[in-house]
Amino acid sequence: MDGNDVIGNDGLSTVGRSAPASVIRDAAGVDAAFTAMMTEICSPDSVITDPQELRTYECDGLTAHRSTPGLVVLPQTAEQVAAIVRACAARRIPFVARGSGTGLSGGALPRTDGVLIVMSKMRSIIAIDPASRRAIVEPGVTNLSVSKAAEQHGLFYAPDPSSQVVCSVGGNVAENSGGAHCLKHGFTVHHVTGLQVVTPDGELTWLGDGTGAAPGYDLVGAFTGSEGTLGIVTKIIVKLTPIPEAVTTLLAAFTTMGAGGAAVSAIIGSGILPGAIEMMDALAIEAAEAAVNCRYPEGAGAVLIVELDGPTGDVEAQTAAVREICTAEGAYEIRAAQDAAERAAIWTGRKSAFAAVGRISPAYIVQDGVVPRTALESVLDRISALSAETGIRVANVFHAGDGNLHPLVLFDDRRPGEQERAEQLSGTILDLCIEHGGSITGEHGVGVDKSRYMPKMFSAADLDTMQLLRCAFDPHGICNPGKVFPTPRLCGEVPGVRRAPHPLVASGLIDQF
Amino acid sequence: MGTGTPGATPSGTVPAELAAACADVRAAGHADQIAGVPARYVAAPGSTDEASALLRAAAGLGLTLVPRGSGRRQHWGNPPTSCDLIVDTGRLDKVVEHAAGDLIVTAQAGVPLPDLSQVLAAARQHLAIGPRTMVEGGTVGGLVATNAADSWRYRYGAPRDLLIGITVVRADGVIARSGGKVVKNVAGYDLGKLFAGSYGTLGLITEATFRLHPLPGAALGLGVQQKDAESAAAMVQTIQYSPVAPSSIDLRWPSPAAPIWLLVGLEGDRESVLTRAARLRALVGPALLPGAQPDGANVHEPESAAPAHRTEDQLRADLQSRALDEGTLVRVAFWVGRLAQVLTAIQGAAATNGIDVAIEGSAGAGVLEARAPASSAPMAVAAFVTDLRAALSGLGAGSVVPGVASAVVVYAPDEVRNVTDMWGPVPSRDLMRAVKDQFDPEHRMAPGRFAGGI
Repeated sequence: MDGNDVIGNDGLSTVGRSAPASVIRDAAGVDAAFTAMMTEICSPDSVITDPQELRTYECDGLTAHRSTPGLVVLPQTAEQVAAIVRACAARRIPFVARGSGTGLSGGALPRTDGVLIVMSKMRSIIAIDPASRRAIVEPGVTNLSVSKAAEQHGLFYAPDPSSQVVCSVGGNVAENSGGAHCLKHGFTVHHVTGLQVVTPDGELTWLGDGTGAAPGYDLVGAFTGSEGTLGIVTKIIVKLTPIPEAVTTLLAAFTTMGAGGAAVSAIIGSGILPGAIEMMDALAIEAAEAAVNCRYPEGAGAVLIVELDGPTGDVEAQTAAVREICTAEGAYEIRAAQDAAERAAIWTGRKSAFAAVGRISPAYIVQDGVVPRTALESVLDRISALSAETGIRVANVFHAGDGNLHPLVLFDDRRPGEQERAEQLSGTILDLCIEHGGSITGEHGVGVDKSRYMPKMFSAADLDTMQLLRCAFDPHGICNPGKVFPTPRLCGEVPGVRRAPHPLVASGLIDQF
Repeated sequence: MGTGTPGATPSGTVPAELAAACADVRAAGHADQIAGVPARYVAAPGSTDEASALLRAAAGLGLTLVPRGSGRRQHWGNPPTSCDLIVDTGRLDKVVEHAAGDLIVTAQAGVPLPDLSQVLAAARQHLAIGPRTMVEGGTVGGLVATNAADSWRYRYGAPRDLLIGITVVRADGVIARSGGKVVKNVAGYDLGKLFAGSYGTLGLITEATFRLHPLPGAALGLGVQQKDAESAAAMVQTIQYSPVAPSSIDLRWPSPAAPIWLLVGLEGDRESVLTRAARLRALVGPALLPGAQPDGANVHEPESAAPAHRTEDQLRADLQSRALDEGTLVRVAFWVGRLAQVLTAIQGAAATNGIDVAIEGSAGAGVLEARAPASSAPMAVAAFVTDLRAALSGLGAGSVVPGVASAVVVYAPDEVRNVTDMWGPVPSRDLMRAVKDQFDPEHRMAPGRFAGGI
């Protein structure tokens, strides 16, 4: 934001792409002097240079993409983060922030020529204000620990990604994480009301004030879900929600996916908004049984998990209504959990599903497409047809209430060509989602994994316009570069717009007509 | 920029470039002004493509422009520093897609909100922005541009929370979309968040897609009278922690001498609403006055939860009998736990300056509106705003957060506006300016209308 971006511009995806940038850079990347500077900012044991240790950070939850970071630093304060980023900015060294490393799109994939800033030492819950239903937390705090700390006040933190035991709130902000219960309770962006951030030029500033209605542009909303490309969060103000009086979890077994899908439509159509509606197909159930012995009803072609929360009377009435709907749509067995233990038993199978497919397949790809709920049936039919055509098995686990599919594409990487065919099928599923007016990602993010699909969902102009926001925050493209956008243009390359006189015009050397 | 640009032609003559780009362009008449700033031309594009051509032509001529819907909220914010061209969204009046089964709607910017409500109600659905905002008039574009909300903010949030996709035309005429038509979607930056509440300063909104909710079978308002700010604040705590899951917790305090009313909105099927009303009464005790009718309040007999439709009809009737947007309106946003101090700060600043303010809004969501009557002395209102901001900034002392409350003047008579900083201090103003510079480098979109001089 120094206004010099016409001259001193770095490439967004490759540092040092433009010649003038290398001229103004004062030193060559991550060298001994830079490492010494990092040691000075943080303590020596917070700077990792050992190649073996560096390798433990080479990927996040998406292990297909790996890259060893040039340097790892583990700051303990917001001021340290700001100092690290300032040092990076001075040398135009790219940096990547990492929370718990559970992301599924390679959003925290490090740069070999850059610094990985690991936020895991910043994990204090600074304050809980029960009367305002707000908590102020540091980014390394795990998602579930916020709810645990709020529980004594009768409150919880609503977004609940399935990795909530380990994933960090800072990472949740970067990815705008959802979870099984976002159908009713919303995503991270609906529960964050203020952010202290370090901008890519190293300035420590607040976006929003915690009220959720601060004057000016909604930079909190724009920052949330920007996948670490606009800066690094150092404090987060989250909204807390009163713990519902009653929760009931139902498990309904159907012989076919079609019948399960019809029940989902009927439940939503009746005006009931459950906390969660999850669905698994026969293959996903088989995997879950093999892994955790969840004892779902035998012979199920599909199981539906419906969770209802709210005032006791309402939950009772809605439970009865959902039972009735499921029965009418052909459910042959319905179980209801009344307490936490029974609820956990029902959820075990669903929550283990991703890992469980490892039991029935040597390798697999987790997809994260979204379709309008009403298109679920036709898209699932197409997926099963594609699976039959290609001989690649697909297990379906999904958040049925909001049309968020998580097809697990199973393959054997020892068989030549199978991985390529699996990747191709996985891509075709995303095409299907786009075709039906959906999205290439519902909650895992774009990261490095899906940036190549962005042009299928958005026009070049759409992506260019998103870049305008990027350029406002990160004109030199050093903040998690190479993520989200396939071919980012340089900031300042705004077609047809006069930003400032050309330097040669300004200096009087040439005239422009 | 703007005025006196090279593209200027004598008043009354529409530049050929504009006429070539848009089928409906005319010279501005006397009524064509934005918050008192007269425009030179008015253009009404009938599609996003036509809007794109128009804005490209306007960019070529270096014209400043301000979007206009029905004009419902046109007097909100600062007057623009310049307005060569009004872009009227009146012809962008189509509900593009209402996918009832998916609970989403896509509408063009010029669709009037009451019309949209009607379309959605036919499928027993609604855009859960707040009953008052939806029946008061205004358009889809204006709703997003001002991020206006009322009672239901407590449960559903503001338009930014329900907006899932947006189409805009940039100052340079480029059409851009973000989001989509599925609720769950994290692909790319969410530009809708940026445009929600941007007052037309980043570009022209031409289309918006919202998440919808089923219309509840019944709605019920319960009034709780409180004697002072402290007891009202304590009651809000009791209600927000109660298991009755209210959709709204509103507060009305018509004058310092009057009692404070808390109005609790319950929605659901009739059975559920009545059960919860009984539980609330048991919890709140004798303070709950069923069926009482404070001035203009939407309170119903708990024994007969009204169909949600009837509630809206009553609101419409209420509105017809009262003038909209008179006097000065100050929106105060705050951490809910500070309600008592905020109420005291508002009444204290009003008393100091000898004006009477009425307070109304969503106490549960921490957004109240203080209204000074049109008859108040302008300098006194301006001093009230200054004093209020000073008192509010003191509330955040000792916190790691820079502030816990803000006061924005939403609208005011000219005499007040001329002597008042409408937006007040803004967090991260430099970043906001950087965003503006990227989207509208020549500052031609609604210049000066927004916070931080944007």
